[in-house]
Amino acid sequence: MPAAGVVMIIAVLLIVVALVFYLVSTIVALQRITKALDEAIAGVVGIIEKSAPVDDVVTSINTNLDAGVDLLEGLLVKKAGMQDAVGLVEGLYPGAAGEGFRNFPESKETKAPRISEVYTKGTLTLARLGREAPIAAASPNGPALRNPSYGSLAARTLYPEARQTRPTAMPRSPIIGTDSPVQYEPSESPGVRKRMPVAAGAAMTSAPEETEGGVVKSGLAFLRRLKSDKAPPSGAADQD
Amino acid sequence: MTLEWIGDAVLLLVVVPVVVYLLRGVLNAANSIVPSAQQIAVAANAGSKDLDATALLLTTQDQVQKTIEVAADYGGSLDVILDDA
Repeated sequence: MPAAGVVMIIAVLLIVVALVFYLVSTIVALQRITKALDEAIAGVVGIIEKSAPVDDVVTSINTNLDAGVDLLEGLLVKKAGMQDAVGLVEGLYPGAAGEGFRNFPESKETKAPRISEVYTKGTLTLARLGREAPIAAASPNGPALRNPSYGSLAARTLYPEARQTRPTAMPRSPIIGTDSPVQYEPSESPGVRKRMPVAAGAAMTSAPEETEGGVVKSGLAFLRRLKSDKAPPSGAADQD
Repeated sequence: MTLEWIGDAVLLLVVVPVVVYLLRGVLNAANSIVPSAQQIAVAANAGSKDLDATALLLTTQDQVQKTIEVAADYGGSLDVILDDA
């Protein structure tokens, strides 16, 4: 075989080897792309499935909210009047009056009054309801007024009487904790104590205590001692 | 004979480099797509996971409906209690 033929065969072999190498590498890369795209498609399908009902639900929510806005706007304008309604909105959300009410285009041209005027009207409304509203304590002819202290005291009457007018007669809350003057032990059954509470620092007996009818004897002794302490000592004055 | 050598030279010096260049370009393009496709897959999965909360929209829908109903009842009572402006 001539040398030129051998060189040609080698050249063709080189081309074939290059083709095989690069094409196989390309196939591997395309397979990785296919795998990644399969995962992406699965995710996109999930997005489509999960977002399918969103349109209906959001439309329903918006419909309900639109109805609520219509209701509240209409009620506010009907009861407070256009001018005071705009003033109230402006008082609550400064700058919102410029946008006006959605269902009342003329509200955009309405000049928002000072909020104090709206409060005065509210004060009169509460007073007219006969609820002894604290907000109407002052003369309705005067400026808008809310007495915080009066309003607070009036609200306290809503709670039980004992807590408001005779706080000193209430028993003090027990002191708890490891440093409390009276120590309690957790009972094994409700209503029955292992032993009666002893003052902090008192000597603790380690021996098991005898019981009498389910009650620890030392507890009975404590109760008897307590009872005798409460009773007026007979002849004590004579001893003194 | 001379033409054969010229053909060999052309094959080795022109055709082989061109083939290698073209195949390498295709391979580089395919490899550059792989990370992009993987990022798309990750983003799609993350987006799908984010949409798991869309089920709560049903609760929101019910709550909004109940709220509007309560507001409507309250508004009806206020309409009766309060005088018109």
